[in-house]
Amino acid sequence: MIATGASAANAEAMTKTQFVQGRSLWVDARRRLFRNKAALVSMIVLALITLAAIFLPLVWPYGYEDIDYALVNCAPDWWPDPDVLCHSGGWHIFGSDNIGRDLFVRVLYGARVSLAVGLVATLVSLVIGVAYGATAGFLGGVADNLMMRVVDILYSLPFIFFVIILMVVFQQSFILLFVAIGAVEWLTMARIVRGQTLSIKQQEFIEAARAAGVSQSGIIGRHIVPNVVGPVIIYVTLTIPSVILSESFLSFLGLGIREPLTSWGVLISDGANQLETAPWMLIFPALLMAVTLFCFNFIGDGLRDALDPKDR
Amino acid sequence: MATPILEVKNLNVRFSTPDGEVHAVKDVNFRIDEGECLGVVGESGSGKSQLFLSTLGLLAGNGSATGSVLYRGREILGLPDKQLNELRGSKITMIFQDPLTSLTPHMTIGAQLIETLRVHRRVQSEEAERRVLETLELVRIPEAKQRMRQYPHELSGGMRQRVMIAMATVCGPDLLIADEPTTALDVTVQAQILDIMRDLKNELKTAIAIVSHDMGVIAGLADYVQVMRYGEIVETGKVDRIFYTPQHPYTKMLLDAMPRIDQPDRRGHAHLAPLAENAKTLLDVRDLKVHFPVKTGGVFAKRKPLRAVDGVSFTLRQGETLGVVGESGCGKSTLARAVLKLLPETDGAVVWCGRDLGPMQREEIRKLRGELQIVFQDPLASLDPRMTIGQSIAEPLRTLRPELSRRDIRAQVGEMMERVGLDPAWINRYPHEFSGGQNQRVGIARAMIVKPRLVICDEAVSALDVSIQAQIVELLVRLQAEFGMSLIFISHDLSVVRQISHRVMVLYLGRVVELASREAIYENPRHPYTRALISAVPVPDPKLERAKPRAKIALDLPSPLDTRAQLTFLKSKVTDDPDAVQYRPQLIEVAPGHLVAEHD
Repeated sequence: MIATGASAANAEAMTKTQFVQGRSLWVDARRRLFRNKAALVSMIVLALITLAAIFLPLVWPYGYEDIDYALVNCAPDWWPDPDVLCHSGGWHIFGSDNIGRDLFVRVLYGARVSLAVGLVATLVSLVIGVAYGATAGFLGGVADNLMMRVVDILYSLPFIFFVIILMVVFQQSFILLFVAIGAVEWLTMARIVRGQTLSIKQQEFIEAARAAGVSQSGIIGRHIVPNVVGPVIIYVTLTIPSVILSESFLSFLGLGIREPLTSWGVLISDGANQLETAPWMLIFPALLMAVTLFCFNFIGDGLRDALDPKDR
Repeated sequence: MATPILEVKNLNVRFSTPDGEVHAVKDVNFRIDEGECLGVVGESGSGKSQLFLSTLGLLAGNGSATGSVLYRGREILGLPDKQLNELRGSKITMIFQDPLTSLTPHMTIGAQLIETLRVHRRVQSEEAERRVLETLELVRIPEAKQRMRQYPHELSGGMRQRVMIAMATVCGPDLLIADEPTTALDVTVQAQILDIMRDLKNELKTAIAIVSHDMGVIAGLADYVQVMRYGEIVETGKVDRIFYTPQHPYTKMLLDAMPRIDQPDRRGHAHLAPLAENAKTLLDVRDLKVHFPVKTGGVFAKRKPLRAVDGVSFTLRQGETLGVVGESGCGKSTLARAVLKLLPETDGAVVWCGRDLGPMQREEIRKLRGELQIVFQDPLASLDPRMTIGQSIAEPLRTLRPELSRRDIRAQVGEMMERVGLDPAWINRYPHEFSGGQNQRVGIARAMIVKPRLVICDEAVSALDVSIQAQIVELLVRLQAEFGMSLIFISHDLSVVRQISHRVMVLYLGRVVELASREAIYENPRHPYTRALISAVPVPDPKLERAKPRAKIALDLPSPLDTRAQLTFLKSKVTDDPDAVQYRPQLIEVAPGHLVAEHD
């Protein structure tokens, strides 16, 4: 046994030692991620879009509900094609829509809604999926089998049918959108987390932890979850764009966001109707959405390469 | 002088990696003549495998080789694949460490062999079949005709490696390159494979290049030896010269670090402390059984018990080391886990300090974990990759001694790191930043930090290079002397076990076949299986190896699902039915403390 006096002296000595700071796997991953040009540019672009969506509407001269009947379907001043009804003038840099609202500020509001839906629904799916998947994977056996069959059954429900029923039974609302999308997206997350948990459970360091007397909850919390985080983060960045797409799809069908609030899906849907007379109404929201989706996908790819260098 | 089969001049191999260029092979020169065997030894990372991969143009995409490789005077380095393919697999062939991944799983071995032959030699199918059959007999595959219709997964590891050798020799090559051909195999199988290679060399005059980390394997087979370190050849010469009068300090170190089954207590190595006469018994394992239900067949499968551990009894005294040896599948690791209650036992009792662990609740067992610890085989896999080594070492303290303050824990971790030879300043580093040997020190520190009374080392040194292995063994011996704990040292390597154990237990298919003090078991083995094991261990001494009588062909380990298997050495009592309840060979005390299972 070590005498307490000696250990105190030792502690004294240790505080004086210069510790070598190790490179954790996270530090390594960050270094690899920042070396990936596509991911780095995507992160910057995405940050700019997010900041613009949050702050620009506050200072922009027009509100998203402000209607100006003098400016119905007007092109922005710089629009190259002269054969348009009118030019909007002023700060309408994206032109105006079919009831004379400023398109730029509406695209920014659309970004707010789409990004919010993307983040919140993904978060919902993350929480349910990780809890469900980790439990199934850790318990194993019959419980795992039952839980995963439930997932299989839910998988087989047609998504649109499910959403329409929800919309009919309850009032069409913003929150329902999160619930509907989150309720579908967590299934894949649960599968991924379960698979990871199963493989990590087999690893020797879990057995080592059991031999060290670590309790069940300690093993899940300290050893399994931190090792599942990597693949989960990757999947999250790839889920956000798919959620944004789902929302656009629902809104396009008229099942999502209600006027006057808007989202990229609604804007694209409106724009598609005005394609011949006012193409800018489709081009700008579609372009911004495409850029955002690309950014998320590049970041997801970058994260996968950074966190799982062996998987390539 | 005749043209050599293979001549390598100024060969350099470089790999470009994201962390910079790696110079894996530096300016290597050698030649191999007809009927000659060149042995290349070196520890992991010495570039010995890359050396031969580059001569055959099999480098990974980021590698490049410069220099000159002459096959019978013809330059083959940098030849296009099409021309190289005419040589590869026909004139120059290669066998690898893992025979399962080198065989195509969906083709029968006969079909694969015939294909190899027909790609390189235009022969009729009947002729091909005949040649293949001859080759299979040459590598001593019993019932070769039936074996040709089997798939790789139906064969044991040893059989597969024989098939690989058959595949490499079926076209009558000039040069056979064997890269760690026996590393994944058990010692008795290893001895047979080495025998086959020796015959190839003597009878067919095939030149062989064998790459190995095991000086014993090299001693028995090679005519010339090259010692490699960090991509350079540090010493080269005839086998006897290298082994009896090594010049380079690295060669001397390698030979010295190699544990020798014939010389357990050499000078300059840690000696096992003699056991106190009155040491009290700590652990008493009585008739322990661990069976796993295994499904055989389809949907309505029968469940058969796989008897991983089938009635093992032994005792362990304070400060004693019990070596447990046996080949793969004999239940060594299962035994370790059952003793530690990491696996539930099927029957029998584990009595620790007079208390039966069997009926204990999980919480009680958890409290006992501080006394019973384990060190695992794979040092990297047994450490959580997302924890610093300091956190890993501290984990048992944090869970088992929650009363300690952070400061105390930290102080103890630092002290333990110093004891196992790690710099305490590394406390915040991660496992992937360390080598295997350093990680194993972390594993040992984690096991030792709670001052356990029993540590089980499950193949704790098997994955390490010999020089590191020697250091870890010395560390364990020293720690045992300091702390007075008991050790169960599980290993397939009989030489290491001899060095470290007071008593040795030999397992065969879940049962003890012999249990005795180390002198008795190595000097006077009674059971035929123990004898076969001991004689199969290669010794790093060329003269002894050459003089060794060749082991007669023993069959591979039978399936442990077959109840007849345990009676391999007691054929007279076998009931000929794979599911029947069989006679159990009993242990007989032939001398005080020397137990031997009944055998014919």
